[in-house]
Amino acid sequence: MPKDHGIGASSKRREDVRYLTGRGNYTDDITLQGQTYAVFVRSEIANGIIKSIDTSAAAAMPGVLAIFTGDDFTEVGGNPAGWAILNRDGSPMKEPKRPVLAHGKVRHVGDAYAAVVAETRAEAQAAAEAIEADIEELPAIINMADALANSDNRVHDEIEDNCCFDWGWIEDNREAVDAAIKAAPHVTTLELVNNRVVPNAMETRASIGEYDPGTGDYKLTTTSQNPHLTKLLIAVFVMGIPEHKLTVVAPDVGGGFGSKIFHYGEEALVLAAAKKLGRPVKWTATRSEAFLSDAHGRDHVTKIELATEADGTFIAIRTETMANMGAYLSNFSTATPTFLHGTLMAGNYRVPHVYVNVKAVFTNTAPVDAYRGAGRPEATFSIERVIDKCARELGMDPVSIRRKNFIQPDQFPYTTPVALEYDTGNYDATMDKALELADVAGFAARKAESAAKGKLRGLGINAYIEACGIAPSNLVGQLGSRVGLYDAATVRVNPTGSISVMVGAHSHGQGHETSFAQVVADMIGIPEENIDIVHGDTSKIPFGMGTYGSRSLAVCGSAMVKATEKVIAKAKKVAAHMLEAGDGDIEFADGVFSVAGTDKSIEWGAVTLGAYVPHNYPLEDLEPGLEETAFYDPNNFTYPAGAYVCEVEVDPDTGKVEVCAFTAADDFGNVINPMIVEGQVHGGIGQGIGQALLEHGIYDDNGQLLSGSYMDYAMPRATDVPNYTVDHSCQTPCTHNPLGVKGCGEAGAIGSPPAVVNAVVDALSEMGVTHIDMPLSPNRVWTAIQAAK
Amino acid sequence: MYNFEFEQPSTVAEAVAALASEDAQALAGGQTLIPTMKQRLAAPGKLVSLSGIAEMQGVSSEGSSVTIGAATTHAEVAAAGLGAISALAGNIGDPAVRNRGTIGGSLANNDPSADYPAAALALGATIVTNAREIAADDFFDGMFTTALEEGEIITAIRFETPDAACYQKFEQPASHFALTGVFVAKSGSGVRVAVTGASEEGVHRWTAAEDALNADFSASALDGLSVSSEAMIADLHGSADYRANLVKVLTARAVADC
Repeated sequence: MPKDHGIGASSKRREDVRYLTGRGNYTDDITLQGQTYAVFVRSEIANGIIKSIDTSAAAAMPGVLAIFTGDDFTEVGGNPAGWAILNRDGSPMKEPKRPVLAHGKVRHVGDAYAAVVAETRAEAQAAAEAIEADIEELPAIINMADALANSDNRVHDEIEDNCCFDWGWIEDNREAVDAAIKAAPHVTTLELVNNRVVPNAMETRASIGEYDPGTGDYKLTTTSQNPHLTKLLIAVFVMGIPEHKLTVVAPDVGGGFGSKIFHYGEEALVLAAAKKLGRPVKWTATRSEAFLSDAHGRDHVTKIELATEADGTFIAIRTETMANMGAYLSNFSTATPTFLHGTLMAGNYRVPHVYVNVKAVFTNTAPVDAYRGAGRPEATFSIERVIDKCARELGMDPVSIRRKNFIQPDQFPYTTPVALEYDTGNYDATMDKALELADVAGFAARKAESAAKGKLRGLGINAYIEACGIAPSNLVGQLGSRVGLYDAATVRVNPTGSISVMVGAHSHGQGHETSFAQVVADMIGIPEENIDIVHGDTSKIPFGMGTYGSRSLAVCGSAMVKATEKVIAKAKKVAAHMLEAGDGDIEFADGVFSVAGTDKSIEWGAVTLGAYVPHNYPLEDLEPGLEETAFYDPNNFTYPAGAYVCEVEVDPDTGKVEVCAFTAADDFGNVINPMIVEGQVHGGIGQGIGQALLEHGIYDDNGQLLSGSYMDYAMPRATDVPNYTVDHSCQTPCTHNPLGVKGCGEAGAIGSPPAVVNAVVDALSEMGVTHIDMPLSPNRVWTAIQAAK
Repeated sequence: MYNFEFEQPSTVAEAVAALASEDAQALAGGQTLIPTMKQRLAAPGKLVSLSGIAEMQGVSSEGSSVTIGAATTHAEVAAAGLGAISALAGNIGDPAVRNRGTIGGSLANNDPSADYPAAALALGATIVTNAREIAADDFFDGMFTTALEEGEIITAIRFETPDAACYQKFEQPASHFALTGVFVAKSGSGVRVAVTGASEEGVHRWTAAEDALNADFSASALDGLSVSSEAMIADLHGSADYRANLVKVLTARAVADC
């Protein structure tokens, strides 16, 4: 029987009541007394010198209250990169200042160089159009190889080769990898592009700044995945506001996929404007602004080599990647192509030698940063594509070459040559499950049916692993992280026994308000509905690091478990006193404290009331009240893994790819809410199919974003994806966190692109097609078919 | 969006009068114009809505002749049981677009990727305006350009019911406009093949295919033909060669499905 309550139950998402009935409270829903409106003026050219900005006409227009340019922010700090990466020679990366508003130069189309605040949005918009900027256009730097080779054109004047860093992982592996590849019987080489995608959260970014002249307090309401991190960045690095004078609130947030992890200049501007005017200042991005100014994802160009024995046994992997940083370093941009990418380059496999080289490149494009999966999809795509190509070259089956090299269950904990220690897993189990659910045995018959209709059917297989539950602070500190990556929770028991849990993680679609409550309900033995999860307001929640990297349950959930354990331990002491028994004799189960070996018992609510109305209470030994906080810092990453199977049908006349079936077998360890987990996987697969077949953030040579609206940026629609078959029954629980959970938010987006591309290439392999770069648009697939003819 | 004046006349004559004022712009379903205004790329001083004019609404038949009022929405045409043209209308945009967008608006805008121009051209339709009747062959004049004079309003579209017709649309992956679309219509006067989405010149007829199909109305009749990629649109969704290929593939499919 499936559970109907607590851990393991598919409890309905309580937050959906307000989302689905239009009662969500998003930033743009909020209108404050005296609110004003900010509009930004954004560069229409990609690279240029700001000669002058004339705001005089705009300033005289109706309703205009203030105008800001880069000159107004020369005294404040830049928006920093969160990780300092070292070059192969040990020297530090190049780290140009990212100002609140562009100053001196504009560096990408959409780079904001001025802002108008007015009584109404229409007045602000009208005045923004009246600002006249004289910007001397310079050649745009778009192509990464050209950017590195051409020192005449620069994104930042002080960085002559446009290179942020040249990183080797692990540099000590390099010589051995080179030698192993040179000596190997077989080497498969693949050059590929991991296409740039635009995150496209349903809710565009929005921010409201407030300032109280009476107290000196600032408040920022904003679309953030991690309000405390945003607060830290603004207060300490950018604005110099004392931390106790700034509150950051992220109310309901309509999706982020990474793009709302980061602090953006618009947030600083509305705070500065609110202080100047003494009135609230709101900004809401248009969808066009979102395309131009949200941090984009992916955008790698990679050459990967896989060296094997003649029988397909892996010997070595070597990669060379150019990772696009865009025009400025976004907060996680330097970590994404390095420690979230290079460290995963052994995949699920025993590979004795691995070396990863990444050159991070500045271009005149929107900043690129973590996007659902963040580095791990790029690693998985490279590995799983080259393995498929290798299998074909060796005449091997794509399943058996993977099985031959899988790390085996008895080899855990397993230390890879790229410095991760996988704690547990069973990759054959998920492969078995995926092959069974996908009815791979029946594929040949389905392929024949397709052929009879003139269609080419293909089967794509892959295995993925990711590092989630980010991250052990001491480890990431050694690797250059400028923050810790613990999380925190406060469990506040109310006098009558209901519970408010204040968590550092932020929920913007993940369903924490439901699944986190299930955990505490299970531990205490009270109904889920008696527990509320409070998140998103730095004045209410403990200092946690937020939601990204599939970390919320593994890290923040663990903090919540620890805090709940502390609460239970204290409640036992209270119960012992009330039952006139020794602390050690108290047992607690299903919401009832009992004295071992007796029929004496007392219920949860009586104990909690006793803690807050301490008339019969050991006040000399124990503080009244029942509220505990815990911080949890993981001692390793978690390693979700799985096997995905995709089946496609290609129309050879038009190149159109139809995804006929998609099967995901994931090992997430223990699962709290199966329905939510499946929903997360569905969403991730949808995004992965989107990246593989449809989505492309593409700039022309002048730095104009060609796919800057839904007329040209293809988001997956319901008709573009099949009904998914997803399974999470293969479970090797995480060995080092209290819930045994691994995280499920990104898996779908990591595992699906290579499965889709492997399937299409499989369909076309008889024609001699060996690779097509994403997105596999009809035009690209048809062109590949023509080239192979 | 900038401010503008708004008028909603109830007769064609009133609409023509309202459009005489400087900077006035006719508003049909607004599915192109309103988004363009929202992006501040268009700023008409006055919008003259055509949606309140009863004589421009609805579908009627007289013998084999069909007349569709210019202000009839795509949804209404889709529900009118007109075979290929209803199928075409039912696959324009999404439900919101189909409930607002009109056949007259689409023809007057003549977007090079719109569906209706291919139908009008292949059906040899007559475009009826407040001032005259214009044969479809004389109406479309390249991308976003038509024979309409300043202030002239399409009031209806009239065509003879074909013996057989089919529209094949290959959707641009993002917008779901026609990356290329081909409308094939067969009637007593012969076969007409109209292509949208493909050419820099806008909607056009593929006369070589018409000749081949007049001789032998079968998909295989097209085997020996090739489509030049010269003057084909090339963009991030499709090269000129790709569109040229689609013209032939979709024509063959349309014939097969007729």
